[in-house]
Amino acid sequence: MTLQEKLEILADAAKYDASCASSGAARKDSRGSMGVGSTGGAGICHSYAPDGRCISLLKVLLTNACLYDCHYCINRRSSNVRRARFTPEEVVRLTLDFYKRNYIEGLFLSSGIIQSADHTMEQVIRVARLLREEHQFRGYIHLKTIPEASPALIEEAGRYADRISINIELPTQQGLTKLAPEKNLARTQEAMGHIRGKIEERFSEKRLPGRPKPPPFATGQSTQMLVGADDATDATILQRADTLYTGYRLRRVYYSGFSPIPEPSKLLPLAPPPLVREHRLYQADWLLRFYDFKVGEITTPEAPNLDLALDPKLAWALRHRERFPVDVNRAPRESLLRVPGLGVRNVDRILQARRYGRLRLADLLRLGLAMKKVLPFIEAADHTPIKLGLDDVKLRERFLPPAQQLELNFDPPPPSAEDDRSVRSGEL
Amino acid sequence: MQSIVIQPEFESWRDAARRLLLRGVPPYEVVWLDEPGEQGLFPTGASPRETITPPEPADRVPAAFLDLARMVSAHDDPRRWSVLYAVLWRIVRGGERHLLGMPTDRDVRLLDQWRKAVGRDLHKMHAFVRFRLVEGEEVGGREAYVAWFEPQYRIVRLASPFFQKRFTGMDWSILTPEECVHWDGESLHYTPGVPRTEAPAGDALDDLWRSYYKSIFNPARLKVRAMQAEMPKKYWKNLPEATLIRDLITGSGSRVEGMLGTEGREEKPAPKNAYLEKLAERNAGQSSPEEEGQ
Ligand code: SF4
Repeated sequence: MTLQEKLEILADAAKYDASCASSGAARKDSRGSMGVGSTGGAGICHSYAPDGRCISLLKVLLTNACLYDCHYCINRRSSNVRRARFTPEEVVRLTLDFYKRNYIEGLFLSSGIIQSADHTMEQVIRVARLLREEHQFRGYIHLKTIPEASPALIEEAGRYADRISINIELPTQQGLTKLAPEKNLARTQEAMGHIRGKIEERFSEKRLPGRPKPPPFATGQSTQMLVGADDATDATILQRADTLYTGYRLRRVYYSGFSPIPEPSKLLPLAPPPLVREHRLYQADWLLRFYDFKVGEITTPEAPNLDLALDPKLAWALRHRERFPVDVNRAPRESLLRVPGLGVRNVDRILQARRYGRLRLADLLRLGLAMKKVLPFIEAADHTPIKLGLDDVKLRERFLPPAQQLELNFDPPPPSAEDDRSVRSGEL
Repeated sequence: MQSIVIQPEFESWRDAARRLLLRGVPPYEVVWLDEPGEQGLFPTGASPRETITPPEPADRVPAAFLDLARMVSAHDDPRRWSVLYAVLWRIVRGGERHLLGMPTDRDVRLLDQWRKAVGRDLHKMHAFVRFRLVEGEEVGGREAYVAWFEPQYRIVRLASPFFQKRFTGMDWSILTPEECVHWDGESLHYTPGVPRTEAPAGDALDDLWRSYYKSIFNPARLKVRAMQAEMPKKYWKNLPEATLIRDLITGSGSRVEGMLGTEGREEKPAPKNAYLEKLAERNAGQSSPEEEGQ
């Protein structure tokens, strides 16, 4: 098999993993070395595919042969997909060649499980070791690890990688038992706890004068959860994400709408979930991480799934109209963050600007706010919104996408351009 | 009223602005003009910073303003020099030390918009430059690469340090219509711009890269608008992968139909494997976090 054929199979096998971030690594570069590579600061997307996803890393599997039988996965043992396997040296070569042409920020390496978890991890680690030690590669490396691999191997992987991850896959053990019978939620979280400890050790360096430096370790861990493959509600998904953020200090949880694959399983729904669901989950995720929202505010027992037609912050505001309008000249930061359409950046600019005078609508316009969305919820020096005493239905209608779109097509609306932007920037 | 003709770059503006400030010339008495036909290039690679000794200004200028001015200078709006000077004047002579902290001020907002536009161009240059290996040019075991890029603004000097830090271990040049930069392992050199024909048209690796691009694309998630928002068409002509975009989009519908029309595969039994057997045993005995009430 040629290298090109292998690349096609093993990139195709890796594309269902949504994470591509190359940000948040420690600052390092190639000055003073014979090699190439730098990391630190925001990662760079070197290209975009027509699916709108950022291409920042060479994302491949070492092999797509796998002992496991995860039903949503093209590489599971029951799939008839063509199998291929890179040698570690081939991946090293590809990474360096792509990197030097500025196609990529680095490597995201994962693998189907062959022989055993430890054997698989050893192969993956070998690639990272060759890159770092033989080629002085200082670019980004993200390694996927296996919860069942021995802790010593996970630690070794973390020494070479900027980011390591274990996919949680589904938010409940019931879901896993049905769709990924080899996987176990408790073991995954236990491994995440171990990684968390290592990451914290790394950052505690400064607090221990006189003690030997702990070995270098990845600066963060992330995970991916599949959406729409089982019947878990958004509330369940967000609850799990919240546990991972608070209990395990994950950098990012990626939500990946289950996507049809060429080798479908009998156990899976035929139709994929609407793409907009994944969008709403990302928006809710930003609310959890940066806007001080609790899961219980975003979803409720009566409505455990997010409103597909409205972003979750707007949906929350419409349920809590008694908390508006918020006065942009007086309200504390927490209240401003609750205003639909006011993102973290804009809130900070408002706080800065109002130190020098009372803000009027013209000032807000100059700040570049999404006025149409913001106006009903705020008060400014020269603006009081018409009381939000409109009845429920009407107020909601104001924010819905144009009606004819809904009539012609009974599907939930596709994510709007504004949604796309908010998911990327986190400005809600 | 006086006219100040400068080379269109930060250092020229800064030196002129310092002199005007020292003489107490208010902004409304100055007309700023870009030197016609002058590209402001220093062919030997000497930086203008080293060749001009500026007079010491009596007034201190905040570092944040100088950073902002350096970025804004790369923009092509002819008003940038006068707005920069007006803001500088207000900060230093007008008693508005906090001016940059006022995002609602018209001039500050204008500068901020220009800075953002230049920042975006810079970011896209870091992302979309594509180096091509120049075969047979290895000097002392170092590979040599050349890239062609067309930035929107005059950002070559702003963009270079990034490439220097990242690609220390190889020789490279980035050619653009206005200015070129070269790295030889020791220092950066700048030369005047060249036409596109000076740069190699492709690289042997481009095909492999296209294979990757094609394979990493998921046809079931077509979002052309999202792609174009981040990778506008104007960049496509210098991206080897962009030639595939049209076919990937038009072919995606039938690929998805094919997948949805495929009958679900039966499960295959687990192969005999010691590790899998152990795993099955562990799974049978392991409780889940929900049962533990987590
Ligand atoms: S372990 Fe599961 S998800 Fe990972 S490659 Fe194997 S079958 Fe796919």
